[in-house]
Amino acid sequence: MSRNLFLGGLLSGLMLLLAVMSFVWTPFDHAVMNIPEKLQVPNATHLLGTDHFGRDILSMVMVGARTSLAVALLAVGIGISLGVPLGLAAAAHRGSWLDEIIMRGNDLVFAFPSLVIAILITAILGPGAFNAILAIGIFNVPVFARVARGAALSLWSREFILAARVAGKSRARISAEHILPNIANLLIVQGTIQFSLGILAEAGLSYVGLGAQPPTPSWGRMLAEAQTLVSLAPHLAIVPGFAIILTVVGLNLLGDGLRDRFDPRLLEGRA
Amino acid sequence: MLHYLAKRLLSLGLSLTVASMVIFAVIEVAPGDPASFMLGTGAQEDTVAALRSELGLDQGKVSRYLSWVGGMVSGDFGTSYTYRTPVVEMVNDRLWVSLPLALYALVLSTLIALPAGIYAAARRGKMGDMAVMGATQLGVAVPNFWFAMLLVLVFAINLRWFSAGGFVGWDKGLIAGLHALTLPAIALALPQAAILARVMRSALLEVLGEDFIRTARAKGLSHGQAIRRHGVRNALIPVLTIVGLQFSFLLAGAIIIEQVFYLPGLGRLVFQAISARDLIVVESVVMLLVFAVILVNFLVDLAYALVDPRLRRAV
Repeated sequence: MSRNLFLGGLLSGLMLLLAVMSFVWTPFDHAVMNIPEKLQVPNATHLLGTDHFGRDILSMVMVGARTSLAVALLAVGIGISLGVPLGLAAAAHRGSWLDEIIMRGNDLVFAFPSLVIAILITAILGPGAFNAILAIGIFNVPVFARVARGAALSLWSREFILAARVAGKSRARISAEHILPNIANLLIVQGTIQFSLGILAEAGLSYVGLGAQPPTPSWGRMLAEAQTLVSLAPHLAIVPGFAIILTVVGLNLLGDGLRDRFDPRLLEGRA
Repeated sequence: MLHYLAKRLLSLGLSLTVASMVIFAVIEVAPGDPASFMLGTGAQEDTVAALRSELGLDQGKVSRYLSWVGGMVSGDFGTSYTYRTPVVEMVNDRLWVSLPLALYALVLSTLIALPAGIYAAARRGKMGDMAVMGATQLGVAVPNFWFAMLLVLVFAINLRWFSAGGFVGWDKGLIAGLHALTLPAIALALPQAAILARVMRSALLEVLGEDFIRTARAKGLSHGQAIRRHGVRNALIPVLTIVGLQFSFLLAGAIIIEQVFYLPGLGRLVFQAISARDLIVVESVVMLLVFAVILVNFLVDLAYALVDPRLRRAV
């Protein structure tokens, strides 16, 4: 196993574990305020300290991990479930009007400043986790469509696909039975990358108040709340920031590691 | 070239048309009527109706869309619902913060990234390369608004070298203005610099594998000379494309950074307008940003085609 894969898997796994664990156990109740214990620096009782309401930061980070990971993961889900069929259809009917429309539509979405549009969508539909998923997910669709189409196109000229066509299988069936399993690796790698971008996007949206709403904790909003207190209690800003960075670095390393593993030729080419 | 230009212009026009329709449609489904929002909950029904017709809200969707687009083309962005001032004036004021900020960040990002990328490529596989690549791995993972908060903590609150937020205005002089924008520009530039350094490194590595580099070495040039004289120049084309594309990311990214530093730019204007349901302002600013992004992408494509004749035929 490569170093990237190991380190990436470890970091992402750790964050996932924190998120899942928060369903059954957190050191303290993340929502309970305890004013006498406010703004404590990390200590034996509160491992990562407390915020201005005396809430335990480790517990908030754990529950926040749940929000961030869920939003980013569902946004990736939107991208895959809409983008991959579009890309496969475009490749199966290469050069047709369908292909043309799908690819031009993709160009258009790529040209949009995604952050601005995500802000617009959440602002108009109302802030909240669901709309954040939607806003981030929409921009994952063209990414997956493009990856799926590119990879599928190179497969369509292969002999085993020709054999399947001679056998009388329809284009849709070939796409599902032969093309999809062969491009799954690429989609998984792209999925990890979009996952990490989704974490950053969610943090940005909830930082400006357009993500998950209180009382649901999210890393971005913890940072927004920390902003006015940053000189008084820097750990309020540092802890959620590190949670974001570790998750994103972990997912990026995981993506790199998976790519090398799935396609050893790349590794040789780079070394 | 003419054929290529015509094709790109057509696609530019198409993109802008679809973009304007999408933005208009998104604003259309927004809940809440601006007229009743402006007048408050206690307003009489006929007052609301009168205001609606004054704002043109009682007209059909198509005619409102056409008058919005027509107005923008002639430089009239409408009148803000809440401030009662022309949107174009509000945007103009704010643009003088956001645009210089994005440009400043672009310059910083390029100044950091190019040397870092060249250094990494020249020392491929060695410690220096690994250090730069590790730093870029971190750079792309850091949320820029978080980095901005740390910069404020260290350089504004502790060291007091910069102010923690706000903008003095350009009438206080160029130096004072740039000084106020320095921390925001650094925060904005960092993730982009990380991406750009990676692009610079891989572009240069690709060029270094070419035959003409081997020829240059065979001629007696040192590794460093070959990189400087022949490598970097040839690697710059793809890098400059990315630099162009990054400008639009920086302009859009400024929206969040402006929140951290309380800068009176387009980003703050959008957020204020959103909370005041001042839809005409939201609509126009978003359209303006999209326009800037699409236009910059178009110019980059064009510049690329000018430099590399092969591209004109390929499209």
